[in-house]
Amino acid sequence: MPTRPETAAPTETLIEVEELEVHFRLQGSSLARLFGRDTGHVRAVDGVSLELHQGEVVGLVGESGSGKTTLGRALLGLEQPTGGRIRYGGKDITRLGERDLRSLRTELQMVFQDPNAALNPAMTIARQVGHPLRIHGLAKGRDDLRAKVSQSLERVGLAPVERFLDKYPSDLSGGQKQRAVIARAIITGPRLLVADEPISMLDMSVRSKILQLMLDLKNDLGLTYVYITHDLASAKFFCDRVAIMYLGRIVEIGRTEEIFRDPKHPYTKALLAAIPDPDPDRALPRDLPRGEIPDAADPPSGCAFHPRCPRAFEACGWEPRDLQTLLDSHWASVSVEDYEREREVVGDLSGLERARGRAVLRPGAGSTAADVRALLDRLRAADPEEPFWRGVESVDVEGGDVIVTFAPAEDPVLRTVSAVRVACHLYEA
Amino acid sequence: MSASDVVVSAEGLRIWYGTERGPVRAVDGVSFELRAGETLGLVGESGCGKSTLGRGLLDLLPEGSKMDGSLRYQGHDVLAMSTSRRHALRGSDLAMIFQEPLTRLNPLMRIREHFEEALRTHEPGVGKDELRRRSMEVLRRIGIPPTRYESYPHEFSGGMRQRLMIALALALRPAFIVADEPTTALDVLVEAQILEMLHDLRSEIDTALLLITHNLGIVAEACDRVAVMYAGEIVEIGDARDVFRNPRHPYTRELLRSTISLSTTGLHYIPGAPPDLVEPPSGCHFHPRCPDAMTVCTTTAPPVVESAGTLAACWLQSPGAIPAGAEEPLRRREISDADEA
Repeated sequence: MPTRPETAAPTETLIEVEELEVHFRLQGSSLARLFGRDTGHVRAVDGVSLELHQGEVVGLVGESGSGKTTLGRALLGLEQPTGGRIRYGGKDITRLGERDLRSLRTELQMVFQDPNAALNPAMTIARQVGHPLRIHGLAKGRDDLRAKVSQSLERVGLAPVERFLDKYPSDLSGGQKQRAVIARAIITGPRLLVADEPISMLDMSVRSKILQLMLDLKNDLGLTYVYITHDLASAKFFCDRVAIMYLGRIVEIGRTEEIFRDPKHPYTKALLAAIPDPDPDRALPRDLPRGEIPDAADPPSGCAFHPRCPRAFEACGWEPRDLQTLLDSHWASVSVEDYEREREVVGDLSGLERARGRAVLRPGAGSTAADVRALLDRLRAADPEEPFWRGVESVDVEGGDVIVTFAPAEDPVLRTVSAVRVACHLYEA
Repeated sequence: MSASDVVVSAEGLRIWYGTERGPVRAVDGVSFELRAGETLGLVGESGCGKSTLGRGLLDLLPEGSKMDGSLRYQGHDVLAMSTSRRHALRGSDLAMIFQEPLTRLNPLMRIREHFEEALRTHEPGVGKDELRRRSMEVLRRIGIPPTRYESYPHEFSGGMRQRLMIALALALRPAFIVADEPTTALDVLVEAQILEMLHDLRSEIDTALLLITHNLGIVAEACDRVAVMYAGEIVEIGDARDVFRNPRHPYTRELLRSTISLSTTGLHYIPGAPPDLVEPPSGCHFHPRCPDAMTVCTTTAPPVVESAGTLAACWLQSPGAIPAGAEEPLRRREISDADEA
């Protein structure tokens, strides 16, 4: 049974990412664009620093919307960063023009998640695997091109090559297509391969083979990998280091065995616990984080994970919309009659979503501020351990409204905690 | 449990559809029973007939496919029913949950309208207040806050939409649900939430659930029993914990070994690919890929043998029945990477 070879201690830095930001401008209405009004930004990558060493496999792990794919694409110059630097070969590649980037792309290549989308259905395998050579002018004539394509196909296990050269993608199985995609990526002799979920669309029985192929190629060709995935199990096996990403930021980064042996960030812990395992003696925990990854155009204040975090406390960034979430989850647990009665007490809630700072609750018709306050008190008494209440500094009545004031928010920054780096207020002395 | 608890029973069920090269035998003689409140996981590689079987059980096969054998739903012979009676079963008694919920929700209809339509279609006599009360009750149970009742599908996240789909399927309290890869498009944490929800619902409602998935971890997590399909046949079926601890069929064992989990220390895979179902291999369909194949496996289909409640179709389970001289290990031709799935 082939196992993962021990890699030597990494030496040379291949790529250095500093405070990288990739923000996308939202479209907004045509009127807003006409008047040049700010329509908001999606902060896909929001201040990421990362070093890639020659010959290592670095995993970018996170849920959809964590920014892992955007970060991977930015490394290849496929996204235009709005801030920060990416140093490669002594140059900041975020400042290069399309012409210089083009020549860099022979050294930096990508393998995509869906081989069906990555291959052109109307081109033969030989033609598309050889495409990068033609674009970059790396083949000396037809015979040289054909020989290099054959060599690349053989390298990825598509042999005898005569069986594949003149086939179309639709003639190939899922695993074979992904091999063809990899053959195309390595044909220019790259140094870095960014692999974006390269096995997640494949059958279980094929995933191991593609991972094994990637390990073999790494050793034979001296490649460095960025492995983008939501699958912690394959990251654990495949990566030397992993960076756990949440909403555009790295929340934890370190050597794979450290992260998996003793995960620090509550988000990493939750991800690890949530993997369904074929071992019948392991069961999923019942205390899963609530909700889903929030909108990157309007991330939560403080630590972006705080609304879902079971261990959140004062400093984590509580804000008015967390009150909306609290009320929603309460109402999802009471009878329809109770919901309708309580809903009338708190009046209009539509302001909570956008409000910053303190939350203002104006009682509904026929109710008073005392009623609203009594409802909040009941909620708190029913579940005093709810993290939300740790962030509430005071609940006051002011001129007929109920005002909820929160503890000030602080952004957690990455700091070294034993053998890893983690961005979480829990680990601040 | 008594026999009356059986919701679905299939015997020798076959489903095939025609191609230029001949009939594709997607489901080829499948037998199983599913009881009220029970979840059966259906696993296997792509192209083994899982989804076809799931659709066949709900009479949702595309035009041009044929089904025979025996399929009983609460004792009634489905294949002998008129088309209109079969249609009447769907929704109120049978329901399906698909992988991509957004394609199954109407973007122009509010969530309230989705539920009211579903309930009204199948129970025309229900009044407006009662409809509202019942819809909100179902939503509450799956954790959708009542404040979102008037929202449109696009205003929900992917996980919420899948919750909505499941709620819609459950609104009519069907006796049998087929869920085809219901969590495949979702993130890890949301997937775990949905599994937790399915688990809770299962104990509340007495629905029989067939859960089709390629993820063995989900089966271990969410299913009572598991059926392993290969090339149109169920090769092993039994208690999920028992099968995963002690797989009888080499295909089950190899599938488990090739799954990458947190305890994986070396990569393992099954050589080759599932066969073409127009002309599947003779004998045991798995023999060309099986590390334990014997000469008997190439000629004769193995008998189904029961041990401790688990059924498996493999000659290794009945060594006494192998003809003399046919237990020789099979010398296999080398399967190259180029033949993989």
